[in-house]
Amino acid sequence: MNAWHIGMRGAKSAIAQLLATLATAFGLFWLGWILWTTLHNGLASINLALFTQMTPPPGETGGLLNAFVGSAIMSGLGVVIGAPVGVLAGTYLAEYGRGAWLGEVIRFVNDILLSAPSIVLGLFVYTLVVARVGHFSALAGALSLALIVLPVVVRTTDEMLRLVPTQMREAALSLGVPQWKVTTQVLYRASLPGIVTGILLALARISGETAPLLFTALNNQYWTTDLSAPMANVPVVIFQYAMSPYDSWHSLAWAGAFFLTLFVLLVGLAARALVSRHRMTHD
Amino acid sequence: MSAVSVNLPSRPRVPADLPDRGFRWLATGAALLVLVALVAAAGSMLSGGRAAFEKFGFGFFTSRAWDPVAHDFGALIPIYGTLVTALIAILIAIPVSFGIAMFLTEIAPRWLRGPIGAAVELLAAIPSIIYGMWGLFVLVPALATHVYPWMDAHMGAWPLVGVLFSGPPLGLGMLTAGLVLAIMIVPFIASVMREVFHTVPGRLKESAYALGSTRWEVVWDVVLPYTRSAVVGGIFLGLGRALGETMAVTFVLGNSHDMTASLLMPGNSIAATIANEFTEADSPIYRSSLIALGFVLFLVTFVVLAAARLMLRRLSRQEGNR
Repeated sequence: MNAWHIGMRGAKSAIAQLLATLATAFGLFWLGWILWTTLHNGLASINLALFTQMTPPPGETGGLLNAFVGSAIMSGLGVVIGAPVGVLAGTYLAEYGRGAWLGEVIRFVNDILLSAPSIVLGLFVYTLVVARVGHFSALAGALSLALIVLPVVVRTTDEMLRLVPTQMREAALSLGVPQWKVTTQVLYRASLPGIVTGILLALARISGETAPLLFTALNNQYWTTDLSAPMANVPVVIFQYAMSPYDSWHSLAWAGAFFLTLFVLLVGLAARALVSRHRMTHD
Repeated sequence: MSAVSVNLPSRPRVPADLPDRGFRWLATGAALLVLVALVAAAGSMLSGGRAAFEKFGFGFFTSRAWDPVAHDFGALIPIYGTLVTALIAILIAIPVSFGIAMFLTEIAPRWLRGPIGAAVELLAAIPSIIYGMWGLFVLVPALATHVYPWMDAHMGAWPLVGVLFSGPPLGLGMLTAGLVLAIMIVPFIASVMREVFHTVPGRLKESAYALGSTRWEVVWDVVLPYTRSAVVGGIFLGLGRALGETMAVTFVLGNSHDMTASLLMPGNSIAATIANEFTEADSPIYRSSLIALGFVLFLVTFVVLAAARLMLRRLSRQEGNR
């Protein structure tokens, strides 16, 4: 092995490290650009009318009140429907289905559902609910969001329950506590921060989902809290307004995009903080 | 209530373990619901798209037609657009994600790894509609004025691949959609790669360093072979996302049902076609064709994601047997 050969290897490694660093800079560059654009355009479009007025007809000014409320209602309902089922299913995987073939199959299917295209879930709820009932509705929208919440919560609940030491189960069971009480009063309590994190992550994910709402809740220019009627929501309003030729609509779309991003990032940070605190107390 | 029955063992025990069994059934039922959801999604879309499959037969997949007035629909152009944009995205995303994962596990100083890792994950949390809006209002004009005219002038004349890069600089099109998709899937692939790189036992890397390996040789000859199947799984995960992504693509693809060789020209993808046209579909066969498209997308992503999960699982099993 001569000096030239060693020098070549060193140079190759140095170039690779430089490229890897550049790749990281490349990734962060887009993040910075996207966040800056959203912040810049969003802040320019903020005013009080956003929270006091309804979405306007083409070319006119207005607010996003009905869209904010609609998104809150449907995302909230999506979590309320999806999270309990998800926690229970995750409990099955971690407590009853370990090593069983059914548990393995369901975990595998859940992982696929986790990254399945959301537009497909929207079409599914369309054919299941909207096509049968005959009209778009907020309830159908919430159901399609619940289908996105479900796999996220199943996954995190499963993982968090499996982190709980087996000794804890054995200790409780040996005291004669029935298994369902062990699960609900010992295991859930031990893994609560983790389960809540999963629910927060699911909330962050569905609050920005557009595709599944297009065919289920659609949109509504007016104020409504009727769950059986089409309901306005921030993502679909952004989609519709951004694709339009009107400047006043573009400005509203940017304001919506700003608040959506802010909300998603804040919820994500809360989830992250919860997990790190959880880890610290357990270490 | 159960406390009472424990104190009196002579009572029949059945009511005592009823809540236990009930809870078990409840949990099993909820878990089965996950299975049912996936099967029902496939089934409902197959039945929704049946009219289109019956009318057009296998020709549905080979026809370029997309004529709502004549009720003649073919899936070739959306399928082509979906595959091409996902391919562009994955070609850009693989080296970038690998670089980020290598930077975060081997190169960066320890204090920098946490914040940069968090920033990359932030990129994954941004809703896709924000990517789409940014793409339409910022990236498209930027590419149309600065990048694509140069590509057309300089790369358009290259033999064989020149046709891919020639055309009017509209800004909208396959290449733009592929780029936006790449930015979207990089954080997913990078975080999988980073995680699996962390599973490589420290002593393997240390032995390689001790034998005089450079950092690049450790990553390329030790870390990568050890994690190969999971790395490929992570890439497939990103591919699955790129194939099914809707909003980001819909904004920048241009919604055109023409087939052109040029990547600078507008096109269409399965997801974008459904998102753009579903609420406007005015005839049953139109709607059925769109649902049939959704079924095709579902099948393709299912296969890709299943492959991804199987490959990711292989690493964890290998770890377990260690």
